[in-house]
Parts: sequence; structure tokens; C-alpha cells
Amino acid sequence: MSDHKTMTLTLIVWRQKNASDPGKFETYTAKNITEHHSFLEMLDCVNEDLIHAGKEPIVFDHDCREGICGMCSQVINGAPHGGQDRTTVCQLHMRKFKDGDTIYIEPWRARAFPIIKDLIVDRAALDTIIQAGGYTSCHTGGVPDGNAILIPKPIAEEATDAAECIGCGACVAGCPNGAAMLFTGAKVSQLALLPQGRAEAVARVKNMTNAMIECGFGNCSNHYECMAACPKGVNVKFIARMNREFIKAQFA
Amino acid sequence: MQLTSSSIGRKILMAITGQSMVLFAVIHLLGNSSIFGWLNGGINAYAEHLHSLPLPFIIGFRLVMLAMVCVHIWFGIQLTIENRGGRPQQYAVKATQKTTFASENMIWTGALLGLFLVYHLLHFTFQTISPETAALKNLVPLHNEMVPNVLGMVVAGFKNFLVSFIYAGAMIALFLHLSHGIQSFFQTMGWSCDKTQPILVKFGTLVALVLFLGYVTIPLTIFAGILKG
Repeated sequence: MSDHKTMTLTLIVWRQKNASDPGKFETYTAKNITEHHSFLEMLDCVNEDLIHAGKEPIVFDHDCREGICGMCSQVINGAPHGGQDRTTVCQLHMRKFKDGDTIYIEPWRARAFPIIKDLIVDRAALDTIIQAGGYTSCHTGGVPDGNAILIPKPIAEEATDAAECIGCGACVAGCPNGAAMLFTGAKVSQLALLPQGRAEAVARVKNMTNAMIECGFGNCSNHYECMAACPKGVNVKFIARMNREFIKAQFA
Repeated sequence: MQLTSSSIGRKILMAITGQSMVLFAVIHLLGNSSIFGWLNGGINAYAEHLHSLPLPFIIGFRLVMLAMVCVHIWFGIQLTIENRGGRPQQYAVKATQKTTFASENMIWTGALLGLFLVYHLLHFTFQTISPETAALKNLVPLHNEMVPNVLGMVVAGFKNFLVSFIYAGAMIALFLHLSHGIQSFFQTMGWSCDKTQPILVKFGTLVALVLFLGYVTIPLTIFAGILKG
């Protein structure tokens, strides 16, 4: 780090002991932060200070820290993942902030995502949606030849775009209705586009959208906030495709 | 059919009933524009033409429209209540990136339009708001027969500032409601992709704007004294 110019920031962080605790904001000061720190490294520094002072550190989800695992989940100044285009919190860097800035840090807020502690929420509801149909039922046996099922390049690309979802839940956190339509739409579309997934497409779209509501997610009202929040740029065209699949499924 | 219970099913019901009302609004405006004189006999002739349609058709049409309105209101309220519950606690900082004033306030612009609809029907269909100028009671000659004086009723109504103000205000609510609603229809029906979706957003706003300007011109030109009875 050649640049030794440092920043001092005021953090207003949501602290909540457990799901039943009402929770409240606490104010902290982040000192000696350089523009090269990632947002999570900045929080690491604050936590070290808290631990040294004998206080409980801020609890947050993180894993790969390279923007591909979908674990990090913080709403920064009202925007899931901090609002930088196609960026997860771990890939957000402090050069986006200025010395003296005040930063609000909150957990994902949705009925379907109960808070476990501080900034960690329980995203098992997304797993429940996947369990309802986000898979293909395959018979095991010999591995088929790679080119046994031909898939046109544009369709393979489209399916891959849908498969970019890392399941972080930013779409739900961003949605004013707490809906999981982009998450569900991406998985329904990815599988419906491919011949292997086509076979179960009718049951899948019905079961996954039912699971969505049973888990307590809201309904989509086409704000498109999910697309803006998605760190992988998953497009709302996959919601439109899921709607199409749903209509088709009613006549199947 | 999961039309009335599922998330997407109810969304489709909202879209189809909403879009049917948009189509009605377009045809209603085309008909009303006869007040500017492009039709021989003006709006009186247009109204007489509508009234001369077979009675079962008129009753059937009104019942279908009533059903559309009821379904749209019922599920609109139901979904809004569910969606408010989807995020019980709001963020301390509000920083929405795509959500618009129109998309956030559909329930309120919708409620205003619902109230306006009742007022509008009492005013010009049942003609109970100002009975002295009621078209059905004031007949005027047209093509050798006596017909209700719709033009006189409309002009008398819009000469009143408060009435014109209510209509203009309702049309602002209509513009906001449709600027979100029209593009929403295409997304909900699945008739959009990444290339068409931004165009449909602009198209929806444009149609909403045309309807707003078209409708608001009638009370404005009458109140300003440009259009006379």
C-alpha cells in the first residue's frame, strides 16, 4: 500500500442479539482506513478495535471474499451490496467512500429472512424454493457423451446468464415487497431453457412459485429494484420468462 | 387453474383486468373527442349512437367492465397488504434505484381513480350531481329527432372550476397509474425480454401521457372558454 492517506468514517450499524431481540443502531468510528481496504476488511478493522476494547464484534456473513459465493449480505446506505453496479459487498472498496462519510449498515430486511444476529439473516427460504423444483431428476448411469444433447449456442448463453445467480438474496433485500421473483425466475428459466430441464418444467414452475409464497416472500409488482440490486446483473427478463412458463403450465 | 390463489396468477389477473380498462380508456377518449366536432353532430350524436346499441349488449358490456373493476380492486388491495408484509421493517436509509413514485403509489393512485370513477358515473352516467343540466332531461334536436344534450351537460359541468379541477386531478392519477401499469402488463404476461423491456417502459409512459393530455384537454378548453356549448 503505497498510498498512506487514511480515512475516518462513522458507521451506524444494526446490532441485534437474536431473532427475538428488537435490535437497534449503534455508532462506531472506523479509523485508519485506506482506499484499498475492501468494505469487509474495513469491518474487520473495526471489529479488531471492538475486540481490543472488550466489546462484542459486529457479526456479518462472508466467505469467499471474491464475489462468487453469495454469502456477504449487507445493505449499505439503503442499497443491497452498497449499490455499485454488479458488485458484492466483499468486492466493494473503500475508494467508493470519502473521509468523514457516515455509512449506514443494515441486514437484508424481508419477512422471509429472519435476522439471526446483527447483519446475518437466515436465507434458508431460498433453499426451500430450490428444493421445491430447482433441479433435474437424473437417472444415474454411464456419463453421456458431451455432444449427445445438442444445445444451440444462444440458448446455452441465455441459460448461463440465468445461472449466474449466486443466491445471495440481494433481489429480495432490494424488493420493496420482499419478493423472491428474480431468484426463482432465474432458476426456472435456466432449467426451462435446457432440454434436460424441460421435462419437468411444468411441475417446477408451479412448485417453486408456491414455495416462494409459503416461505413468506411478497409478490412481484414490477419495480425492477431486484435487477438493480443483483451483483450478477441477472435481468428481469427471466421473471417475464417465468411468467410465460407459469401461463404455459396452466394449459399443460 | 391457480389464477386466484398463486402469486403469478393474481398478478396476471391484475394485468388483464388493468389492461382491459386501459383499452376502454383509449376507446372512451376516442369517443369523447367527438366533442371537438370531428363527428357530424358532435358528442350528442356519439352518445345517441351508443344509446341506440342493443340493450343486452350495453348491459353485458357494463357488467363486464364492473367485473373488471371489482377484480382489479379486490386483488389490488389483497396483494398490496401481502406485499407490505413482505418487508415488515423498512431500511433506515431509503435508496431505491429503479422504483418510481408511480410504481410505489399504485394503491393510492388506484384509490383516487376508484373514487373518481364513482363521481364520474354519478356526474355523467346517472346524472345526479347536477340534475338541472342532466342530458336525459334536456333534449335537443339532432338530425330530425330529439336527443339528450350531452354537450350542454358536459360544458355546464366543466365551466365550474371545482369540477374541472377534480377531473384534471384524476387524470394526473390516471397518468401515474398507467405509466407503471401499462409496461407492467407486458412484463407480467411474459411478453418482454431484455431488449423490449426498456422500450415498453417508455411506450407505457407515452400512452399514459397521451391519455392524460387527451382527457385533460376537454375540461381545460371548456373552462378556458375555447370550447363552447
